[in-house]
Amino acid sequence: MKKYTFTEKKDTRSGFGAGLSELGKSNPNVVALCADLTGSLKMDAFAKDHPDRFFQIGIAEANMIGIAAGLTIGGKIPFTGTFANFSTGRVYDQIRQSVAYSGKNVKICASHAGLTLGEDGATHQILEDLGLMKMLPGMVVINPCDYNQTKAATIAIANYDGPVYLRFGRPTVPNFTAADQKFEIGKALMLNEGTDVTIFATGHLVWKAIEAGELLAAQGINAEIINIHTIKPLDNAAVIASAKKTGCVVTAEEHQMNGGLGDSIAQLLSRELPTPLEMVAVNDSFGESGTPDQLMVKYGLEAINIAEAVKKVIARKG
Amino acid sequence: MASVAELEKMIPQVRRDIVRMVHAVNSGHPGGSLGCTEFLVTLYFGVMKHNAQKFSMDAVGEDIFFLSNGHISPVFYSVLAHSGYFPVKELATFRKLNTRLQGHPTTHEHLPGVRIASGSLGQGLSVAIGAALAKKLNNDNSIVYTLHGDGELQEGQIWEAAMYAAAKKVDNLIATVDMNGQQIDGSTDQVLPMGSLRAKFEAFGWIVLDTEKGNDVISILSTLTKAKELTGKGQPIMILMKTEMGNGVDFMMGSHKWHGVAPNDEQLAQALNQNAETLGDY
Repeated sequence: MKKYTFTEKKDTRSGFGAGLSELGKSNPNVVALCADLTGSLKMDAFAKDHPDRFFQIGIAEANMIGIAAGLTIGGKIPFTGTFANFSTGRVYDQIRQSVAYSGKNVKICASHAGLTLGEDGATHQILEDLGLMKMLPGMVVINPCDYNQTKAATIAIANYDGPVYLRFGRPTVPNFTAADQKFEIGKALMLNEGTDVTIFATGHLVWKAIEAGELLAAQGINAEIINIHTIKPLDNAAVIASAKKTGCVVTAEEHQMNGGLGDSIAQLLSRELPTPLEMVAVNDSFGESGTPDQLMVKYGLEAINIAEAVKKVIARKG
Repeated sequence: MASVAELEKMIPQVRRDIVRMVHAVNSGHPGGSLGCTEFLVTLYFGVMKHNAQKFSMDAVGEDIFFLSNGHISPVFYSVLAHSGYFPVKELATFRKLNTRLQGHPTTHEHLPGVRIASGSLGQGLSVAIGAALAKKLNNDNSIVYTLHGDGELQEGQIWEAAMYAAAKKVDNLIATVDMNGQQIDGSTDQVLPMGSLRAKFEAFGWIVLDTEKGNDVISILSTLTKAKELTGKGQPIMILMKTEMGNGVDFMMGSHKWHGVAPNDEQLAQALNQNAETLGDY
């Protein structure tokens, strides 16, 4: 098992803030909109440095999405910021009609996704956002794994012409990917080459997958671990190649089973290469209040859960 | 800009286009389209600075119009075609398979003249604010126009946008509400009385203009001219425009029943009899 280390834990939302700040300096067409969560989204630096290109919308997310769509008419590249729940479910029709169907170059940037939002509870812990967004034709859906990757993704999506959903979160997590990485939309990243099983993970579950890989290695199981930061477009070739090599698959994500990464991979493999598959995800349930760590344990999104799913799926191999 | 006589000459032709388009596919929304014919003809041919020959999505240096109540697409398409955005004969493809003239306007099929999809109501004012803000960032002093149905104002997003536009001094924006007093289930007063819209928009911080004669070219022209003079003064501008749904086709006037119903052959003939072919049918 390849060894991964980190010097500090950082929140992915701060990676977004840092990326946006860099874009503010490098790309005069980038504008930012926020619905009264500037601090939570780490958009303060952009707002302070570029007050003419920062739009405080107030608590009116539907209006924010519409204004963002309008700003593209005139060549701007709008980045909207609010919690993932208010970035998707609350404004689904606005995104569908004014952004996705209209083909507008809007970047919908969503923090506090999933259970790790913590104590605020299920009203704010959206676990359906990846599914909602990936169903929209033409929408790119990205869920990076750490601070550095979120920063790189933020910068990269400004150079892509079209609607993007960028999901990140609140808690600090190990920052282990390279600070100088080039982010390529739609490119699966090999973290560990293995032979017995493939673990496809996204977002906060990528580090948990690495931890699971270490647990499994100690038991003689050689897991291939792949970071799927782009849920859509999915790197089909990488998924199929790895599934072919290892013969069984576990997916891991902080999302509902319905509509998430596991759903996309299961759909692909059932068409192209039927492969035993287990999903580590929330199973048709809302979240609840608690610390992020407690919630990840209670809802079965820990390294140990991934390792258990691996053993189960290996047993299913022919 | 076209003269009043030229504008008035176009109106029966646009009405013919509307009823013929809707009749041909036995679907679409003739009532609101007819009620806004004078407004859209006047806006596109008598007021707006725009380049129909060379459509640019970004519209730098051009005025922009957003149709927020997208269901009145027949009048929008007819006016865009006669402006020169696309061939008039393409009106014959309205609502047919593979058309660029979808039931509700969209950019998806790249129809020149359309800059946003509309149909799901209440979204156009926000989009217009965004476009107006982009114009300000680009130091472009052109104006952004919108049209909304009065029933559409029941959507909450309109009021989010209204609050924002006034608070942030979006003063290069002229919105118009088609006050025909009708919506699908009946009159707006039966469905959901909205009280004084003037008082509401004034309370939100808008400059409000009224016109009782939204089917009269001279009245529309003078109201839009006045509205233009009021831009750049720190407030968005709202025009509350009384219209007659179905105007110009007597049996469609004064009723919500022609909101989304096509005329039959006999009714089409009757409608065409009432509106002369002034520019040539498509």
